[in-house]
Amino acid sequence: MTGAQGSAGGEALPAGGAMRVMGAETEYGIHAPSAPSANATMMSARVVQAYAQVTRQRAAGGAETRWDYTDEEPLHDARGWTVDRGAAHPSQLTDQPPVLDAEAVALAYGREELELDGQDESGTLLMNMVLGNGARLYVDHAHPEYSSPEVTNPRDAVAWDAAGDLVGLAAVRRLAADPALPPVNLYKNNTDNKSVSYGSHENYLMPRSVPFGDIVRGLTPFFVSRQVVCGAGRVGIGQDSSIPGFQISQRADFFEAEVGLETTIRRPIINTRDEPHATADKYRRLHVIIGDANLSQVSNYLKFGTTALVLSLIEAGLAPRIEVFEPVAALKTVSHDTTLTAKLRLLDGRRVTALDLQWMYHEAAAKLAQDTGVGDSVDGDGHTHEVLERWASVLTQLDNDRAAAASSVEWVAKLSLLEGYRQRDGLEWSDARLGLVDLQWADIRPEKGLYYRLLSRNRMQRVVDDAAIAKAVSEPPADTRAFFRGKCISTFGKDVVGASWDSVIFDVPGYGRLQRVPTREPLRGTKALTGALFERYRDAAPFLGELLGHNSTPPAA
Amino acid sequence: MAGQEQQQPQSRDTQVDEDIPEAPPAPPEAQASASTEGVDDLLDEIDGVLESNAEEFVRAFVQKGGQ
Repeated sequence: MTGAQGSAGGEALPAGGAMRVMGAETEYGIHAPSAPSANATMMSARVVQAYAQVTRQRAAGGAETRWDYTDEEPLHDARGWTVDRGAAHPSQLTDQPPVLDAEAVALAYGREELELDGQDESGTLLMNMVLGNGARLYVDHAHPEYSSPEVTNPRDAVAWDAAGDLVGLAAVRRLAADPALPPVNLYKNNTDNKSVSYGSHENYLMPRSVPFGDIVRGLTPFFVSRQVVCGAGRVGIGQDSSIPGFQISQRADFFEAEVGLETTIRRPIINTRDEPHATADKYRRLHVIIGDANLSQVSNYLKFGTTALVLSLIEAGLAPRIEVFEPVAALKTVSHDTTLTAKLRLLDGRRVTALDLQWMYHEAAAKLAQDTGVGDSVDGDGHTHEVLERWASVLTQLDNDRAAAASSVEWVAKLSLLEGYRQRDGLEWSDARLGLVDLQWADIRPEKGLYYRLLSRNRMQRVVDDAAIAKAVSEPPADTRAFFRGKCISTFGKDVVGASWDSVIFDVPGYGRLQRVPTREPLRGTKALTGALFERYRDAAPFLGELLGHNSTPPAA
Repeated sequence: MAGQEQQQPQSRDTQVDEDIPEAPPAPPEAQASASTEGVDDLLDEIDGVLESNAEEFVRAFVQKGGQ
């Protein structure tokens, strides 16, 4: 065993199972049907702006806070080098604050469009917010993106990711109620089916001591195959959907490399961006870009839960010894085969299906969980047992009883609905109505989104209940530093001038300069460590006084 | 899913993809997929929810690049 994850300060998660510091990032597709030529960056900024207005109403004093870019290092490669800025694709330069100021907008899109927009008091369109639940809401290129707060387990990952859909919904409602602006739709999907893809990323904290080569070897066969459990389904084959049909994954056709730093071009199965957003010599943040955005809670739960299990296998040196021949091609083979019978060639000569691969990982993960005790249904870590059970149940259904998987596996649910239309109306795969079903599946409005129509009829299983998701919109997770970040914003919002994953910056009367509180340990700043402090103070100055140790006590965060 | 599908007459002129298990002797969570009779009904409901001009709507959904 490699020992428990976490800091030397005593905070640690049980090792060997599905618990791990993790988070989700979702870029939403954005579309204004009544203004189809509207600029996407502008519309995305309106979404962020609209949510700022919603939270201003909710939290007097303002719950919006700007993002602090000090620790962003998008060109650091986990393999040990840094890309020269001049050699980088402009979309890789994510550390430059994308504040869309009036001049930039006017230059790019013309004055009239600018004047239609609500700007904040400083004359800039807000492109970046930190939310009271610890999340980040911002404009990433030409999409609004919600990055969930750090959580410690897959159930919370589902709750705080789904909370992002409600954040987006609140913004969409706000814009729809504004007669001066065109209504904006948001879609939780990953492609426009016209050769463009946008991401839904996962982040997992790992000890830096694990060699990156082990991560690549251990994860690649898993990533080639996990789409059978967590693919969201897609109408159309090929990046531009030029071949009629249905495939398992939204993203598979957009991947062209095995390992690399890029996320927008030559997308790799294993992404090497190395911004730990934490103490850099102890941790790496594994940035996973191959997943589909999931509305299905079971698919989303298993996406995070099984990946966390596999990372525990890799840390323990116990990942199955498998190498898939030409993994980029294999990824597409799996995605294009809804019968799940396609055989992939392994380098040792075996030929296996994607389900076989998933079962190999399941077997290894179950054994590790048993050996470490975290998988016990009573005395375990409270998560690993359920992940293993649900994983086995879904794999068994996909093996023997595909119809039963339609209430849990997203691509099966979507395909089932599409097949309903095909049978009833005799539609070919090229029919635009099937393309519309695929698109509208992901509309985040419950009255329009087809996933939500199925959910309302209990045709989709829930992993977390609606109340827990609603709570996650405004409350941070209790057991990571996101608690500290979120509470600072919801409690002292007017005095917080910036925040990032690993800092919160205050501008408090009485202090001569800005106070930057580092939060570099993801498992500190929790409710257990700082909850009482937030209870004690209503004003930021004495709060900071105690926190920053004017009595020479160490910062609690 | 070829070979996975069965068709079952639901009414005089409609056939429905039988992707929903009939009587699941299954864990409680499988209840979510238990209602067979709702398929027609479901498609009818979704007919009413779908955007009206499918071809134009799908064509107009054009995104700029992302990660």
